[in-house]
Amino acid sequence: MRSFYAIYRKEMGHYFVSPVAYVVIAAFVLITAVLFSVDLNYEMTQAMRQQMQGMQYGMPTNVDVPSAVLREFFGLFSTLVLFLAPMMTMGVFADERKRGTMELLMTSPISETQIVLGKFFASLTLFAIMLAPTLVYVIFLFAHSDPAPPWKILAGGYAGILLLGGSLLALGSFVSSLTENQIIAAVLTFLAILLIWLLNIGQSLSGWVGSTLAYLSLISHYEDFTRGIVDTSSLIYYFSFMALFIFLTVRSVDSMRWRRA
Amino acid sequence: MIEVENLTKSYGAVTAVDHISFTVNKGEILGFLGPNGAGKTTTMRILTGFMPATSGTARVGGFDVTNESLEVRRRIGYLPEAPPVYPDMSVESYLDFVARIKNVPSDRRADRITDALQKTSLVDKRHELIKRLSRGYKQRVGIAQALVHDPDVIILDEPTVGLDPKQIIEVRNLIKGLAGSHTIILSTHILPEVSMTCDRVVIINKGKVAAVDTPQNLTSQLKGGQKIRVEAQAPDKALQDLLEKIPGVHRAVVEAAHAGGLSVATVEAAPGQDLRSQIAAQVVGKGWPLCELRGMSLSLEDIFLELTTEDAAHEQPAN
Repeated sequence: MRSFYAIYRKEMGHYFVSPVAYVVIAAFVLITAVLFSVDLNYEMTQAMRQQMQGMQYGMPTNVDVPSAVLREFFGLFSTLVLFLAPMMTMGVFADERKRGTMELLMTSPISETQIVLGKFFASLTLFAIMLAPTLVYVIFLFAHSDPAPPWKILAGGYAGILLLGGSLLALGSFVSSLTENQIIAAVLTFLAILLIWLLNIGQSLSGWVGSTLAYLSLISHYEDFTRGIVDTSSLIYYFSFMALFIFLTVRSVDSMRWRRA
Repeated sequence: MIEVENLTKSYGAVTAVDHISFTVNKGEILGFLGPNGAGKTTTMRILTGFMPATSGTARVGGFDVTNESLEVRRRIGYLPEAPPVYPDMSVESYLDFVARIKNVPSDRRADRITDALQKTSLVDKRHELIKRLSRGYKQRVGIAQALVHDPDVIILDEPTVGLDPKQIIEVRNLIKGLAGSHTIILSTHILPEVSMTCDRVVIINKGKVAAVDTPQNLTSQLKGGQKIRVEAQAPDKALQDLLEKIPGVHRAVVEAAHAGGLSVATVEAAPGQDLRSQIAAQVVGKGWPLCELRGMSLSLEDIFLELTTEDAAHEQPAN
């Protein structure tokens, strides 16, 4: 546990002594802020138009703007994470190998699992820190909508994005452990995420193949969360996804001992 | 403290380390001498638990490096070829990190870090970022890192590479100071380094142990004996004849006369006897001004040539 914390602490320090973390967080906050206001505007106009149409036919409709905004917003989040995760994890192991510090870690009395978990939870913490400022917009939305949208959507949305992010970070760490080159790690992670994302096309296929593909897609489970639905099968999906890639990373780090350095 | 028996490491068809065996006693400094690619680094990596051996056993402090890797790693400080440092960390926070992953208890950590900083003369650089340090200082940080948890065994892969002459002397003294309380293995391809710091030497070449002995025995036992360089103002042919007549001289090679009628001769002599005074007397007796007379220490290349040609000569009849 102490060694796990030592690795975690070192990784956090590594993120925050360099300007990279601050730049990435600032960029993320800026982009999400712009997207949020565009999203809010769009949904408001849509709702207004629908109400006007309804009035013309003499039956005014009620549109749940806040929920629609949130759903749309969390959808945009997931797209951003697709780009962010490869950048956050590309150096996790690749850099360590290139600098030769992997040799230090692997000749220290710590297990591969401690190394991998320390790094994984550090990247997940950085991700959570990045998300934190976006709570401001969402709380603003809750404060100004009447009636307030169900808190389940808020909680579900953030739980979903953390699970999705965690899965992508686990996948990214694994890819990073395969190469010494950060750029290759980033590109391969991006392609791998895209591929698993696109399994969603299974939804349009019929039969068990289609439904299996859809189940395996990263994004189909996420959509439930943004509607405030926490489905056990989705939880199992994300937790097994993370566990699988953490396990593979541990094996991959261990196999470095057998490769020719 | 360290027992290595028939250790072998192959990468596919390439055998990097081929059935090597040696032991290191407690408190001893063992030098690992060999050209680049001889298998020094591979052997060290096996001893530190970084990679497993293909066959054979190695024990550190009684623990097997493969089956009790964690116990071995607790007792070892290791400086790889390149200092394993994080450029973005300060010297002190880096050593703190290393002390943590090496399981130094929190109440002893500050003392151990200060001790490592003092031993490597890094106290005034403790708050400096590692990326701003020069090559020599980075190397010292690498050594400090290997000492910070006060390990029983310290393994240093080419600890003086990239340092300036003054730093090299400092590092050698530091290593000598560590002996006794620590058991040390260091690798190098510089012969004087071995004779200055090590109690015993293992010479490895192409993955095999070519010789294990003290530096003194090793140099004197070699069949090539000693070489003497003679510079005198003399006709080169006559000088060669004179030198070759001296008993004990195997061969004298005289280079063509240099400017000012200076001839330079290299004399190869049998081991165990010092011919310098005889040569001086003979040359001066002829009335030739003697400008320089110097015993040349054998270079690593000489020793290797000696050891490898000897091996080849022994192997041939067997084939």
